[in-house]
Amino acid sequence: MIDKQAMESRIESLPLPKKIRSAMLAELLEMELTEEEFEDVIRLTLKRYNESRIPPYEAAGVVTAQSIGEPGTQMTMRTFHYAGVAEINVTLGLPRIIELLDARKNPSTPSMTIYLKEEYANDRERSSDVAWNIESTYLHHVGDITTNISDMEITVNLDEKALEMRKMRPEEVAMAIEEEIGLPVELLDHRLRTAPEEVSYRGLLQLAKKIRNVKLKGVDEIKRVVIRRENDEYIFYTEGSALSKVLQIEGVDPTRTRTNNILEMAEVLGIEAARQSIIDEIMGTLREQGLDVDIRHIMLVADIMTCDGEVKQIGRHGISGEKASVLARAAFEITVNNLLESSVRGEVDELDGVTENVIVGQPVKLGTGSVKLIAKSEMGGMNHG
Amino acid sequence: MVPCHEILDEEEVKSLLERYGIEKEQLPKIKVKDPVIKEIKAQVGDVIKITRKSATAGEANIYRLVIG
Repeated sequence: MIDKQAMESRIESLPLPKKIRSAMLAELLEMELTEEEFEDVIRLTLKRYNESRIPPYEAAGVVTAQSIGEPGTQMTMRTFHYAGVAEINVTLGLPRIIELLDARKNPSTPSMTIYLKEEYANDRERSSDVAWNIESTYLHHVGDITTNISDMEITVNLDEKALEMRKMRPEEVAMAIEEEIGLPVELLDHRLRTAPEEVSYRGLLQLAKKIRNVKLKGVDEIKRVVIRRENDEYIFYTEGSALSKVLQIEGVDPTRTRTNNILEMAEVLGIEAARQSIIDEIMGTLREQGLDVDIRHIMLVADIMTCDGEVKQIGRHGISGEKASVLARAAFEITVNNLLESSVRGEVDELDGVTENVIVGQPVKLGTGSVKLIAKSEMGGMNHG
Repeated sequence: MVPCHEILDEEEVKSLLERYGIEKEQLPKIKVKDPVIKEIKAQVGDVIKITRKSATAGEANIYRLVIG
């Protein structure tokens, strides 16, 4: 029997990923092994681990492309879909995958997942207060606006319940309107009254329109917040996205809160967070469609998209357009332009990649094509084969 | 969402590059205006060690070179 500590430090020193090390440790602590048996286990684990690693010169990118492409053919073409239980509309399926790989500036349905700090996350009352601070509230949400033509004035009948829910007082509403339109507002109980300076029909209508869209509370971009209880805490799903503004709101947990806009993630939380959210978004979309793609493929895509420190699209303006080889670029898209521009610049193709060699009909430098054999001939010289 | 970013010192950079047999420029990049880089006050040319939580390996270290 070897002692626990020696075992731990021996396993820690192995050149294996953390996950395997901790699994090994947990298993081996249960068993009572002799030193010899223990070393045997280690030797075999290392052997198996090395066998399972991807070999050098394996075309990892091609495997990834096929592994994502094939399930892609089974995805729905339908753009809109209501996601799960939350009644928020998000783009899913193939259009969403395309949107992600294209690294679009504005996704067609921006949405955030907002987590709360511990002291808020379990409190129904406090969490809904936070939600009201996020969802944008306009005057027409809390009252009926009527245009009174005979008296040439606008009256707003405030909805007491709606105000109470949002923890707002009528005085605050009146103040907000005054500030916005620059005209005095008269407050009588739950009724607001105001009139345009110049008495004209057009002026009245314009004022009514302006008043309707006076913002009272919340973040402009967030049109709706849906509160859901998941794993014993309240989580918000939103329609609209404004990460940097939401992160500053009291009670929001900035370490877990996220948006489905990858470029916004990169801008606010950095390239590493963007990489992680590319992986999460693609995996989430695939999983939602019932497709099981190994996460390693998605990780490769995310790594390539973020390896230059900014989010680049897969496509002619991104990864494929920056390939070193002229022929590889020409084979992808806009063939004639690529060939023309490259010839004007006098580019040289070294024929190092896969596509170029397929085009010229040479063995591809992959797998067995990657090694060159040098045989010593009997005459003493060297022959390259 | 944001994993741990650390600046490597001279010595560590050297042993890292030796281990992989590569030049500094072959590392993945990170912009100097990246919010995390601003936060840890790294300079252009520094190498950043990032300790990610990984779905496959549990924990993984990767390195990025700070660029302008």
